[in-house]
Amino acid sequence: MASKISTHKRFTSICFVIFALFFSLSFNLKASEPVEPSTNEAVLSQGHATSHTEEDPNKPVDIASIAFEHILDSHSWHLFGDHEHAVSMPLPVILKTDNGIVTFMSSAFHHDTHGTHVAEINGQRFVNFKETIYLASDFPNEHGQYLNIQKDEKGEETITNVAPLDFSITKNATQLLLSALVLILLFTSVAKAYKKTGVTTAPKGKQSFLEPLIVFVRDDLAKGNIGAKGEKFTPYLLTVFFIILINNVLGLIPISANLTGNIAFTLVLSVFTLLLTVFNGNKNYWGHIFTPHAPKALWIILIPIEIIGVFTKPFALMIRLFANISAGHIIIISLVGLIFMFKSLLISPIAVGFALFIDVLEVLVAVLQAYIFTLLTALFIGSAVADHNEDGQHDSADEKLAGEHH
Amino acid sequence: MNNLFILAGLTDPGIGLIFWTSIVFLLLVGILGKYAWKPILGAIKTREEGIEKALASAESALNDMRELKSNNEKILAEARNERDALIKEAREAKDAIINEAKTKAQKDADRIMASAREQIVNEKNAAVTELKNQVATLSIEIAEKILRSELSSDEKQKALVNNLMKDVNLN
Repeated sequence: MASKISTHKRFTSICFVIFALFFSLSFNLKASEPVEPSTNEAVLSQGHATSHTEEDPNKPVDIASIAFEHILDSHSWHLFGDHEHAVSMPLPVILKTDNGIVTFMSSAFHHDTHGTHVAEINGQRFVNFKETIYLASDFPNEHGQYLNIQKDEKGEETITNVAPLDFSITKNATQLLLSALVLILLFTSVAKAYKKTGVTTAPKGKQSFLEPLIVFVRDDLAKGNIGAKGEKFTPYLLTVFFIILINNVLGLIPISANLTGNIAFTLVLSVFTLLLTVFNGNKNYWGHIFTPHAPKALWIILIPIEIIGVFTKPFALMIRLFANISAGHIIIISLVGLIFMFKSLLISPIAVGFALFIDVLEVLVAVLQAYIFTLLTALFIGSAVADHNEDGQHDSADEKLAGEHH
Repeated sequence: MNNLFILAGLTDPGIGLIFWTSIVFLLLVGILGKYAWKPILGAIKTREEGIEKALASAESALNDMRELKSNNEKILAEARNERDALIKEAREAKDAIINEAKTKAQKDADRIMASAREQIVNEKNAAVTELKNQVATLSIEIAEKILRSELSSDEKQKALVNNLMKDVNLN
């Protein structure tokens, strides 16, 4: 048993060393990139899509751009292929312009994301530049883009075209709708199973898979952190847990959307956490913030800190989920990108091996982050609704936990 | 600069997704809350309560059984004691009866013996009396016959008188 553990440790440490080496290598490569004259060109003037495909084969692949393109939202659901050969599912574009709401399918842009193809809808002209939709200029610029790009003295470029408010059903929004539908179908069918078989028979199939998770969220997350009042918040916490879990897991599938790694999604969820905390906060909770247990002279410092703390908690929640999921995806794309950077098949076993390792790790992260988001939401609600007595117990529990960590 | 531009896009929450996420999430909380979580949590709670109740009733049944068993043992012990007492009593009664019977039989036997003895004495006395009477009668008859024969002739009468006279003289 002991030898097994030591071999395991050795293996992990070797993995870690190789991993670290790879990373330093890839960063070096990236750092050397801007020296190349072809990539030094401004981003905004990336020319026609056609010229893109006729690139110099010796030009280094910009893995960073590809990685970010993969984790960012998109107006169409890209399946496979590049540029004008791409096969993608068109999604509805909904824009709020000065002339009212305009809707059309994203296929009107013909896969263009460089601002070179104008979509004319009801007399209004739009271009898609890097997945932001602008009102098109009357004439194209020197790169064929229907955009008005201005350079300031520092060389930074800004687009002066008007960007209408974009309420499109993007790739992420589509996945959100699909996952919501899946959750509704899944859990109503589980609910039906309880109704059909009654409560005296043992759960079967998906019911027996999901019941432990539901009971875990109810007992360990809701009741464990909120106490007796936890029952009221259990449905909310269950919804949060499963919407994050399903989208974390779906996000691991190559062609799917990166919804939980999108800051808009995590922002909404953490705003709901903030609202629940603020509106359920009892006298005790607000007392801690506005009349801290400290000398009155310190209140001038403590009260602003406490008030900031109300917002930093959900803010950290937002960043944590977004960063964890995005980072995982970036790592996987970077590892696969190693093959294209080295332009050698020999690197592929290592790249694929590490990508697989990270992918498996991502499965753990997918479950873990869903758990952590739900746990912290429950904890924040718990601190807001806790009675004084319960709070005292909480403090002692925290101390015990801190003691264990030491 | 390229990366910075994209990074800005990464940390820039899009209004569209915020809008759709808010709507879809709130709807999801509502729909799942009503049609999924409420029945599921209700069913799980009912089952847990059922299990708790079943466990409690099993426990009480076990206690009942235990009580019943101890009661049974008590009853059995009592019955055994009672049986022992009965047997003892019966034995005593038997002994008493036997003793009584023995004494009574002895007494009867004694009485019968006594009366038999008495009867025998009586019978013997009666027989003796009768014998005496018969002897007396026979003696008289014999004496009569003897007298008759003695007095049948004159010489004999004279001889008798002589004899008698001789006796008288002696006196």
